[in-house]
Parts: sequence; structure tokens; C-alpha cells
Amino acid sequence: MDARTIPIAPLLPAAAANTPRVKDAAFEYLTTRKDELIGWARKFSLFPYPFVTACCAMEFMAVSASPYDTDRFGAALPRFSPRQADLLMVVGTVTHKQAPVLLKVWEQMCEPKWVMAFGVCASSGGFYQNYAALQGIDKIIPVDVYVPGCPPRPEMVIDGIMQLQDKIARSSHPVVTDTF
Amino acid sequence: MAAARDLETLQRELVPVAGAATVSHGCFVFALAPGELAPTARRLRDEFGFDVLLDVTAVDWPGDALRFEVVHHFYSTAHKVRVRLKTRVAADEPVVDSLGALYGSAAFMERECHDMYGIGFRGNFDLRPILLYEGFVGHPLRKDYPKQREQPLVPYRD
Repeated sequence: MDARTIPIAPLLPAAAANTPRVKDAAFEYLTTRKDELIGWARKFSLFPYPFVTACCAMEFMAVSASPYDTDRFGAALPRFSPRQADLLMVVGTVTHKQAPVLLKVWEQMCEPKWVMAFGVCASSGGFYQNYAALQGIDKIIPVDVYVPGCPPRPEMVIDGIMQLQDKIARSSHPVVTDTF
Repeated sequence: MAAARDLETLQRELVPVAGAATVSHGCFVFALAPGELAPTARRLRDEFGFDVLLDVTAVDWPGDALRFEVVHHFYSTAHKVRVRLKTRVAADEPVVDSLGALYGSAAFMERECHDMYGIGFRGNFDLRPILLYEGFVGHPLRKDYPKQREQPLVPYRD
């Protein structure tokens, strides 16, 4: 017997191998909607790419570390390649000079992907209104959830993650074609 | 050490070219003609021990005949003293001599000053944008640059 085989029923002696297996009360199957199943899976496996440019990084570290712990929401493992990530967290001010970099990072992410504007600078430019600062990242890429604040409290970020999870759970998740 | 002359000597010897020195927050301030900038900086470095060029910046005084005031800060690590040299130039030819031959750090700081104020530095042949980007029109820290004028590199979404 292969040691890696996972028994799904009690192993039967060889003599009784052909007798019907007795079903117990456990689930044999369940039904669900495809979008609900995939949305449930996706909302608890967010791989964030932290695009960290400014002082909000301190708050990002605080919310990632153990006292607040985004791992509870399945969003703890930052991927430092956009190709492996599905949540782009833009943490801090984005300047016009940096905007092409942000756009390239976003374009490199595979579908499905979501974007969080972390802090008021990423959301709207914040108190920067001059030649240098981009007035919110939604000028160049679509944003799913905005977390304002300068910087946002960790509770606000967690609330933003939970709202994003609700949005993922509610949305359609085509896996084969646009309609399925 | 020949460079270890005291501040009174500095003031006495620089006053003929620099006018009366003033003290601002413990920093000696000299106002110079543009032609005196490089020779004075050389004397500061060679004779008085000002071995650090701290900053090159400018002030825009719109409406003045000599619109731009180019400001250099020097520091002496031996004497723990700062000196500020100020030079006024006109808007139609805002050019002063580069200090790149005296201080290696001048190259980048002059590029930044050229970015922000459009000051030219005679002798600095690499005044490409350093904080701004290629294609940026104008000089954003001039007073006549519109405060909210943006020059985005990425086209905005609808």
C-alpha cells in the first residue's frame, strides 16, 4: 500500500473488497453556485503586492504585523513580483514621474486583480496639489477600494480588506469564458 | 594650518568684494556680484577651510530687475561655521558660474536648481532634469508657474 494514499473509507480486508461500501452520515457531495465557490476561494487568498512609496508604509507594516495581522483575512503574504499578486496595494503618494512605473506594475498583474488605494494620497492626492503629485491613482488605473486617512488606522485598512472581500464574494468570476 | 583663519579675517578680507556681511541665525551672509561668485568660493575653500558645499538653490523675486537670487551655502568642518553667498541675476539671462570645478557635489545640486528655477550654470554641461522628467515644460518653483498645472506622463482614464 502506497503510504501517500489518503484513505477515504476504512480499508477493507481483501476478502471483502467487492462488498458495497457502507455510507455513513458524512457529506458525500454538496451543491453551490460557481461564482460563490470561486469568490469564496479568492477572497481568502489575496496575495498583495505592496507598491509602497511614502510614509504610509509605516502603517502598512503595522497592519501586517502580528497585533493586527492581515493573515486573518488571507491577505498576509506579500508577493514582490506583480505577476504573482492579485491585490495591488498602492501605499503612499504617487508622483507624475512615478506614474508610468505604477501603470506598468498594474499591467503586469494577471487577472483577476484588485487595487486598493491605501491612504489619502493614493486616493486623491491628499494635501499635495502641485506640479509633482498625481491627484489619485484612479486617474490612471481602476481602484476597487479606497482607504483614506493620513495615515489610515489599521482598523480602517482591515475594514477596507473586508469590504474588498465582500466585493469579491459578490462579483462574477468567469473561469472558462466570459459567461461561465 | 593656513586655512585656519578666524571669522574676523574672513569678514575683513571678503568685505571688499562682498559688501557688508550680515549674520543670519549664526550664518554669515554675503551678497556678491555674479562675477565674484567663483573666485570667492575658491577663496572660501582654499584659504578659509570651507570644505563642504551644502546647497545650491535660488529665490524668485518677481518684479525685481534682478529677478533671481542664487544662493550657495558652505560649511567648514574644521571651524563648524556656515557661510551663505547670494548673487542676483536678471530674468533674461539667469546664468552664474558653475562651482563644479571646486566642489564635486555642485553638479547634482546645480541640476536641481536648473530644474526648479531655470538657472543656468556656466561650465556645468550636464543640466538634464534630475528631479523632474524629460519633457517637463517650465520651472515649477518660479512664482509664475501655475500652482495647479500638471504635466502627466500617463494619459488619464476617462
